[in-house]
Amino acid sequence: MAAPGTQRPVLRARDLGKVYRTGEVEVHALRGVDLELWPGEMVVLLGPSGSGKSTLLNILGGLDSATSGEAWFEDHDLTRQDDRDLTRYRREHVGFVFQFYNLISSLTALENVALVTEIATRPMEPEAALRLVGLGERLHHFPAQLSGGEQQRVAIARAIAKQPDVLLCDEPTGALDSQTGVLVLEAIERIHRELGTTTVLITHNAVIADMADRVLVLGDGRIQQERRNPQRRPARELAW
Amino acid sequence: MKLHPLDRKLLRDLWRLRGQVLAIGLVIASGVGLLVMSLTSLEALRDTSAAYYERYRFADVFAQVKRAPESLASRIAAIDGVQTVETRVVRSAVLDVGGFDEPVMGQLVSVPENGEPLLNRLALRAGRYPESGKPDEVVLSEPFALAHKLGPGDHLRAVMSGRWRNLVVVGVALSPEYVYTMGPGALMPDDLRYGVLWMGRETLQAAYDLDGAFNDVSASLLRGAKPEQVVDEMDRLLDRYGSHGAYVRADQASNWFLSNEIDQLETMARFLPSVFLAVAAFLTNMVVARLVAVERPEIGLLKAFGYGNAAIAWHYVKLVLVIGAVGTLLGWFFGYWLGLYSTTMYADFYRFPFLLFRPNVGPFLLAAGASVGAALLGAIGAVRRAAALSPAAAMQPPAPPLFRRNRLFLPRFFERLDQPTRIVLRQTSRWPLRSIVTSLGIAMSVAVLIVSMQWLDAIHRIVDVYFLQAQGQDVTVGLVEARSSAAVRELARMPGVLAVEPMRTVAAKLRSGPRVVRDAVQGVPAHQTLYRVYDAQGTALDLPPEGLVISTVLADRLAVRPGDTITVEVLEGRRPVLELPVAATFETYIGRPAYIDIDALNRAMHEPPSVTAVHLRVDPKFETRLYRELKQMPQVSAVNLRSAAVTTFNETMAKTMLIYVGFFIVFAATLACGVTYNAARIALAERARELATMRVLGFSRREVEYILIGEIGLLTFAALPLGAGIGWLLARWLVRAFQTELYRVPFVLEPSTFGWAILGGFLATLASVLLVRRRLDRLDLIAVLKTRE
Repeated sequence: MAAPGTQRPVLRARDLGKVYRTGEVEVHALRGVDLELWPGEMVVLLGPSGSGKSTLLNILGGLDSATSGEAWFEDHDLTRQDDRDLTRYRREHVGFVFQFYNLISSLTALENVALVTEIATRPMEPEAALRLVGLGERLHHFPAQLSGGEQQRVAIARAIAKQPDVLLCDEPTGALDSQTGVLVLEAIERIHRELGTTTVLITHNAVIADMADRVLVLGDGRIQQERRNPQRRPARELAW
Repeated sequence: MKLHPLDRKLLRDLWRLRGQVLAIGLVIASGVGLLVMSLTSLEALRDTSAAYYERYRFADVFAQVKRAPESLASRIAAIDGVQTVETRVVRSAVLDVGGFDEPVMGQLVSVPENGEPLLNRLALRAGRYPESGKPDEVVLSEPFALAHKLGPGDHLRAVMSGRWRNLVVVGVALSPEYVYTMGPGALMPDDLRYGVLWMGRETLQAAYDLDGAFNDVSASLLRGAKPEQVVDEMDRLLDRYGSHGAYVRADQASNWFLSNEIDQLETMARFLPSVFLAVAAFLTNMVVARLVAVERPEIGLLKAFGYGNAAIAWHYVKLVLVIGAVGTLLGWFFGYWLGLYSTTMYADFYRFPFLLFRPNVGPFLLAAGASVGAALLGAIGAVRRAAALSPAAAMQPPAPPLFRRNRLFLPRFFERLDQPTRIVLRQTSRWPLRSIVTSLGIAMSVAVLIVSMQWLDAIHRIVDVYFLQAQGQDVTVGLVEARSSAAVRELARMPGVLAVEPMRTVAAKLRSGPRVVRDAVQGVPAHQTLYRVYDAQGTALDLPPEGLVISTVLADRLAVRPGDTITVEVLEGRRPVLELPVAATFETYIGRPAYIDIDALNRAMHEPPSVTAVHLRVDPKFETRLYRELKQMPQVSAVNLRSAAVTTFNETMAKTMLIYVGFFIVFAATLACGVTYNAARIALAERARELATMRVLGFSRREVEYILIGEIGLLTFAALPLGAGIGWLLARWLVRAFQTELYRVPFVLEPSTFGWAILGGFLATLASVLLVRRRLDRLDLIAVLKTRE
């Protein structure tokens, strides 16, 4: 993990704001967020539902646009990019993991990963990515033939096979029981350790925060608290 | 009134699905519309012609003689089963209408001096009947009067017994006997060149030396009488007066054409709507099945609240009923309008004096029943699945579909494909039935296009072979009766005549065992240069020195083959009975001709060389002069111009056939759009999540579109050749079904027809896909990812 100050941040946000308008209702999802993510860092975003953590992650991942403020990936201002640029940004630099896996049901585990490596610029071998998440034996299974935890690990393999600069995980254990959840977190931890990918993990489960370098607590669209764990706890020690 | 919440849900579902509802509705509407159109115009044509025949006392049996004494009428009336007898004088004549250079032929028909005819009455459209003692008064057939803009008070001239007579029009009329007014030797009505003139009987008797005699008789029959028996009795009485044989209404030329048309309409009413209704059933099934799949949680919730299976099933049945009702109402509307339109067109074409378009509720109910039934049938499986879900199971997301590694494609080949292509192939093969049926739907629309456009190819071929290749003459001159071949030489000397060729036609009964056909035997030179004996393949046939060369239709009717012998009872001259061998048979598109070497015919008739018609090739520079001189020749009874025949053929086709072809093309396009739009919408709904995922993973819009369009494209790609094949089969079947004694529509499919049909199917698919693509561009990535399946 690189220390702040010696390097430039991978992602940074300045006074980031997001307002959703549905009909006559305005929802302020983000109200001026300032943030820097450093190379090789693992950050957990903690907060209750509606606190703005998913919105922040979506903007940082190039899935959504901000209403105000700036969001930078290295020296690209994400808030000024069009759909085509954002697509390329997601394709080359970002890996996503979602609560509901979102695997393509008609492709095998291996093919789901290959789906991404085929369009990436410097991918690893799909088999290697699946071995990293402990699924070296289940390469040719279709999603319907895999358990929830296995499906989520395929999703992680798919996210990291392109060797992204940042790995964004939105409630990756939200749909899993605690035992399976730990297996998934272990996979994320291993990736982070072996590849050194900057990782952001959203959860409302405070226990998981212990595995991060840094914890940001969101509430009401703002970062309300930031703390640094003196020591990261290994995922296998977590339980909830 | 307060709506039940479920009904409110129904309305919102319908609004949300409006594109698909409309697409299915239009397909149903096409089927209903076609069915209603066909059945109502069928009914209207039948009702109108039946009423017309009844009201104007169209006769049941007809006969023509050379000359028979009037006293014979009472003997005919005494035949068992005969109700009324009417004798007449009927002759053809050359007419001269001011301002029209080309020769015009007229059929002169006598009407009683006092009062209306007993049979075959006129529907007077203007003016009155000719008055007794005014020999120059005539009533004109309405189409002819309209074509020449003639009305009461106008004049025209006719050659009667070799002398020009000035005639004055006193009335304009229609007749059940001339619904389809066609001159001798013509294929289509030509109102400019052929007309019917009704005149006082005494005038015609005097002109044609038929005092106290008649040359045409018709009779109506009592209910339950056997027409064949009456025909035999009449033949017995009329035989020695030069009869060509009595015949029943079914063989009367005008009625025969009309029946042919009605038969064709019936074929259409049976075949085409079924195709559309079958496709509509499939589309409804697709949409309702998808809707139910999407609504699993809601169904679970409703059941958890205590709604019973019946209530839930009824909810979805109502949805189907509304879709069916939308299609049915649209179809009723289109069908009524099209039925009225086509019946009016027929009424105009056939010149009915009135039109009975009083559609029964029958066709409408039948069409509604068939279409709603088809839609319900299509939806029944999906609705049963909805009702059968247990609440808990329904509220769970459905298990992801289980895919298997393909066995369909060669593994080597598959290994080399990129992942998006694999997705397309796996999706397509995962639900093979659905893929096949979607493909089949698109294929059917291509097939309907081919079947529709096939008519154009066929008409083109008929015109090409029959008029352009086979016929080398410009003018055919018909003679009042058989003349010595001096007439040929005389015509050859007329201005502008470059070549002549004789023809002799004799009326005859052709007999083979118990089978009898009344037909003409045409004597032509063994090697013809102008009016050629041509088969359907476009080969000119030379005639053998002895024996008949007959059309296959005639051979089938008589059940004879080359080598067999036919008994030919000639009905004119010395009325010889000949035993003639069938030398060869040949395919024709039109009619059922029988040819023989003209010299052989003359020998068999025991007569010196004689002719009844002469074909001419004419120098166009002298046409006007030639026509003028032909009009002066008393022995000329008909002048047919080939160019006019081609023109009227094409015009008639344009008025009838081509309009239908246009309808079918629109319907086929509706079908293709309906199928592809629904298939694409459903594919989008089912893949939305995966497509959004791919967008998140960094796939561009275009790359994601590839998956959606790839699937429809693949199915369309499979459908196009399939449709071409089905179209080929259907066209062949339909051509056979449409075969009448008058026409054999040739089975011709030009490569360009396949090309256009395939292009049509492709464009319809493209249009639907582009419509759906707009939705793909609006995919909400975040919303899709946040929700559970």
